[in-house]
Amino acid sequence: MVKVEAIIKPFRLTAVQEALVGIGIQGMTVTEVKGFGRQKGHVEVYRGAEYRVDFVPKLMITVVIPENQSKPVVDAIQKAACTGKIGDGKIFISQVTDVMRIRTRETGPEAV
Amino acid sequence: MKRTAFFLICFLIAAAAASAFAAEAETPMQIAQTASPETPAPASEAAPATKVDTGDTAWILVSTALVMLMTPGLALFYGGMVRRKNVLGTLMHSFVALAVITVQWVLFGYSLAFGPDVGGFIGSLSWIGLKGIGFAPNGDYAPTIPHQLFMMFQMTFAIITPALISGTIAERIKFSTYVVFIFLWATLVYDPIAHWVWGVGGWIKGLGALDFAGGLVVHISSGVSALVCALVVGKRKGYGADLMAPHNLTLTVIGAGILWFGWFGFNGGSALASGDLATSAFVATHVAAGAAAFSWMIVEWAHRGKPTALGAVSGAVAGLVAITPASGFVGPLSSLIIGLIGGAVCYAAVSLKPKFGYDDSLDVVGVHAVGGTAGAILTGFFASTAVNAAGGNGLFFGNPGQVGIQALSVLAAWAYSFVVTWIILKVLDATLGLRVSEEEESDGLDLSQHGEVGYTF
Repeated sequence: MVKVEAIIKPFRLTAVQEALVGIGIQGMTVTEVKGFGRQKGHVEVYRGAEYRVDFVPKLMITVVIPENQSKPVVDAIQKAACTGKIGDGKIFISQVTDVMRIRTRETGPEAV
Repeated sequence: MKRTAFFLICFLIAAAAASAFAAEAETPMQIAQTASPETPAPASEAAPATKVDTGDTAWILVSTALVMLMTPGLALFYGGMVRRKNVLGTLMHSFVALAVITVQWVLFGYSLAFGPDVGGFIGSLSWIGLKGIGFAPNGDYAPTIPHQLFMMFQMTFAIITPALISGTIAERIKFSTYVVFIFLWATLVYDPIAHWVWGVGGWIKGLGALDFAGGLVVHISSGVSALVCALVVGKRKGYGADLMAPHNLTLTVIGAGILWFGWFGFNGGSALASGDLATSAFVATHVAAGAAAFSWMIVEWAHRGKPTALGAVSGAVAGLVAITPASGFVGPLSSLIIGLIGGAVCYAAVSLKPKFGYDDSLDVVGVHAVGGTAGAILTGFFASTAVNAAGGNGLFFGNPGQVGIQALSVLAAWAYSFVVTWIILKVLDATLGLRVSEEEESDGLDLSQHGEVGYTF
């Protein structure tokens, strides 16, 4: 099994969700995150006091899937999240040792 | 030791309350005989004839409630501007003034501010515990409303003034010390200045200085004291390095709206009657607030490239501050100019703050000290007896001397507020301690001072 973690621009969430549902993905987790990469932050000014905000708000999508679905999922996310501008995010793919569904105690690929 | 001192102060307040109650029990309250027009209520010798007018009374009752609402409004205005870990602490700084100053005012605050004059400086203690303050109007202050209502109206001013100061020491002041501070400040700074300016026999009133609704008494006194607080209390931990952006400007905009709404009572009610003068002050108040919000927004837009919500509401408050001393003496066009100037001047003051290096967290100095001073001086230019025959003419209406009188009164209020607040803070610093510990400051005032948090989701 693999875990696909994608950092995306928040406004692309619905597009990514629809793309994943479209290829039959059963579930996903969304987390609000902040961070920086090549995209610069911005400056906020409150009554003349300037604050540099280096951490840009993003969303992180996590899906765990059987190994053979890895490529279509990554492709779907990439296509849906891409705007072609700096700050579109990244996708991380990693191995998952095991999974357990809490309700039934099922483990392995059955549980994802 | 510190805890003992704190409870000792609480005990003294209770003891004073008990003695005042004993005094009240001995002198039954006078009831004005408003039912029969043939027998007007007894007036003091020199004062004009007094008789309760129901229209005037109705308006001042409403105005009193309006001004009361300004303090919770201020709580929201300030509360939105701090970090989320300090939101309740900041709301409490304003709200607790409703508790503390109500007690102080009833016990002796009103007597010190408006009681029979002692040397032009302070009222005597002869109205302690509101002794003799009944329903018969006081001809010296407001001949057509019950004296008790005048006392109550003035109480709401005494409450919001120390709360204004809290914005400058937000996010780091120790709550127990703050409670003692506002009690002492109301007694030693507010009550004397209110007496000078508004009390019968007050020396600034004697000069002919014009302060309709509290430019000196409310805004200069609190703004200058805020400057002293910023200097003595010191900066917040991490000031200039950490992100200290407002956590919820929605609250701030709502708070500013409530302040604007309440200010109709603050200035319009200061006519102490319903009618032409109240209307004139009401109009002046609104026009200045709108003009100042406009000028702050435009100046900020030109200077920084974006018109901010915080800027627009700050401008409105700056305009309300600037028009306060002038509101009963100027017409709509003068108010417009005072508002436009007030907004731009306060924007400049607030923008210059980082250059001075002190941490006036929520810009009490830039808005109240600077706006109040600008308003008091501008009153000397724009006042006109065509608007209020009981007022005076300013420089633009043929009386250049008024500017000098206004400047002198401003200087006196600045000097007195600065020195006395400095002394109060130094004494409290040496005894109770002004700041929370570094760890408590880092945890936030909500948790460390009050044991609760503003947002649990």
